[in-house]
Amino acid sequence: MSQRYEKTFADLKKKGEGAFIPFVMLGDPDTRESEAIIETLIESGADALELGIPFSDPVADGPVIQTSANRALEKGATPDGCLDILARIRKKYEDIPAGLLVYANLVVGKGAESFYKRAAEAGVDSVLVADVPTLMAPPFVRYAQNAGIDPVFIVPPNASDEKLREVAALTKGYTYFLGRAGVTGADQEMKVPLSSKIALLKEAGAPPVVVGFGISRPEHVRASLKAGADGAISGSATVAIIAAHAGDPGKMGKMHEELAAFVKLMKSATRI
Amino acid sequence: MCDSKMCDSKMFNSEMFNSEMFDSDVKITQGALGRFGEFGGMFVPEILVPTLLALDKAFEEARGDPAFVAEFEGLLKEYAGRETPLYRCRNLTSGTKATIYLKREDLLHGGAHKTNQVIGQALLARRMGKTRLIAETGAGQHGVATALAGALFKMETRVYMGSKDMERQAPNVFRMRLMGTEVVPVETGSRGLKDAINEALRDWAASYENTHYLLGTVAGPHPFPTIVREFQRVIGREAKRQILEAEGRLPDAVFACVGGGSNAMGIFADFIDEPAVKLIGVEPAGHGLHTEKHGATIEKGRPGILHGSYSYVLQDENGQIRESHSISAGLDYPGVGAQHSHLHSIGRAQYIGITDQEALDAFTRLSREEGIIPALESSHALAQALKHAQDAAAPQIYIVNLSGRGDKDIEQVMPYIGGARS
Ligand SMILES: Cc1ncc(COP(=O)(O)O)c(C=O)c1O
Repeated sequence: MSQRYEKTFADLKKKGEGAFIPFVMLGDPDTRESEAIIETLIESGADALELGIPFSDPVADGPVIQTSANRALEKGATPDGCLDILARIRKKYEDIPAGLLVYANLVVGKGAESFYKRAAEAGVDSVLVADVPTLMAPPFVRYAQNAGIDPVFIVPPNASDEKLREVAALTKGYTYFLGRAGVTGADQEMKVPLSSKIALLKEAGAPPVVVGFGISRPEHVRASLKAGADGAISGSATVAIIAAHAGDPGKMGKMHEELAAFVKLMKSATRI
Repeated sequence: MCDSKMCDSKMFNSEMFNSEMFDSDVKITQGALGRFGEFGGMFVPEILVPTLLALDKAFEEARGDPAFVAEFEGLLKEYAGRETPLYRCRNLTSGTKATIYLKREDLLHGGAHKTNQVIGQALLARRMGKTRLIAETGAGQHGVATALAGALFKMETRVYMGSKDMERQAPNVFRMRLMGTEVVPVETGSRGLKDAINEALRDWAASYENTHYLLGTVAGPHPFPTIVREFQRVIGREAKRQILEAEGRLPDAVFACVGGGSNAMGIFADFIDEPAVKLIGVEPAGHGLHTEKHGATIEKGRPGILHGSYSYVLQDENGQIRESHSISAGLDYPGVGAQHSHLHSIGRAQYIGITDQEALDAFTRLSREEGIIPALESSHALAQALKHAQDAAAPQIYIVNLSGRGDKDIEQVMPYIGGARS
């Protein structure tokens, strides 16, 4: 396993900060711009990255991220090509933790074992498979750990105490706490997680807890940290900035400016 | 078929992750609920797991509850019109050595086999205290069945339907709306059945507390492949009794079309343990298996994960799901129920493709020879039975699951066969 999550969260803790983690789709709007976007996110203060590999049938995603995947697929994005983008980023930025958010068929498509191996070679630290719940986890955990990758699992808002303990034992690198039910999207706001649930996770030994789904404004980040979380992930709100400019090469400069401003704003909310 | 040791959810605590069992040949469905050989499982976002487990439990309780069974069977009889006839074709096979029997699910209320299992699931939904139904539909037959159950049980009902399918199955869109169901067009992807299932799953991830997702076929995550098969099993149970009464022996082969695979599992289920009976699933070969335009999932796909289950899937080399094609909206699906993948892998059932044109020919032939207008879906099964009949060297008895009636297809078929030729 890489030590990047551990080190990053420990450093943040020392500074009294939470983590801000933007999500973008690899290959959106195209390979070159996608790489530049990730650099902008990092240079603007992202503490870690959550990166999607576009899939044709993303059942856990709302319209914004679906459309993002489609843009990338239309430009010919493939899982290998996406990992190549990440490998180039990894050469320039050795320390930033990078997690993948993928769908199961992309993992098993060419064989799960080789998927995790290639991901590790590209410098991936963790993999969350959106449609693999803990119940189906054993083979995926096995392959991930053999490749030196942290398998990440989700805590849904409807989790029982038993489920919280199960995820705490299983997830590595960080714990993904769902901000609300439903699919990804910024149109519906997160609900502030119960601090008792986060406390129980930590008591059970869970790695740092990060809230995702419905995080689009600084107050969402603040509320998450106040409830005891260690960070927040913002997907649709980040991707929406790309969507607003994609397709017009003349607007790329403005897109990068807006992405940078968004990351800085959200990051500033992690300093409490 | 669910291997009972593996169905014990206690098997999934985290201590087992370092156990020896993974050192040999890891299967992607290792330890999964609802496995059929190496296929099946419950590949869904974590948030849906408690709901699926609760559904599994409710189903297991209900099937052992005489009051539930009596209500289900009562409605199948009085409301849906069971049992359906097993009709021996009088003219269709003249000149061949074969006799073809049609299991007349086309005569079921709603116009297709779909009504059987919809009544079962609606009763389950009510038993679980759900007040809202959602469903996907391809041909619109499952949507119509869900709409009639929504009206009957007074539940708010929403059906997701690909906009491509809304165009080609317009009469069914009207029927659903007439019965008070909201039909939501799906514009994503190939605008077909696959995309409608995606949308229904997305709805359910937010609405599971008061909503039952009434999935229309034996695909999808556990427990749907089992629930839907059990509620459709009545087709094969009746057919078996009826053929024994009529012929004094079992059939040589049973034919059914395979979209997701529910009418096929329904008629196969009681014949699986009769090795002398060939089971033949007919997939849509569209423009031909040598083209890209077909929906022959088992013949042309490979195992993968779509809509919650590990099963055969039409996909590209990277694992992106491919668009399927069929003239028949109900068969136009790049996935297939996990138990079919299993029956294929152990060689118990055979899966064969029938093209759009062959299905249209069978559609016309049954209309002219027997005065029965079959659904385009069912026409695929019939077309394959007719091929077998042509080749039969000795007397053969075949049963074809005539899963639905063709009224919904008239408008679509007209341009192909030019209306009433004489
Ligand atoms: C009449 C009819 N037959 C067959 C099918 C295919 O579904 P399945 O394979 O689940 O039976 C449909 C689906 O809409 C249908 O309407």
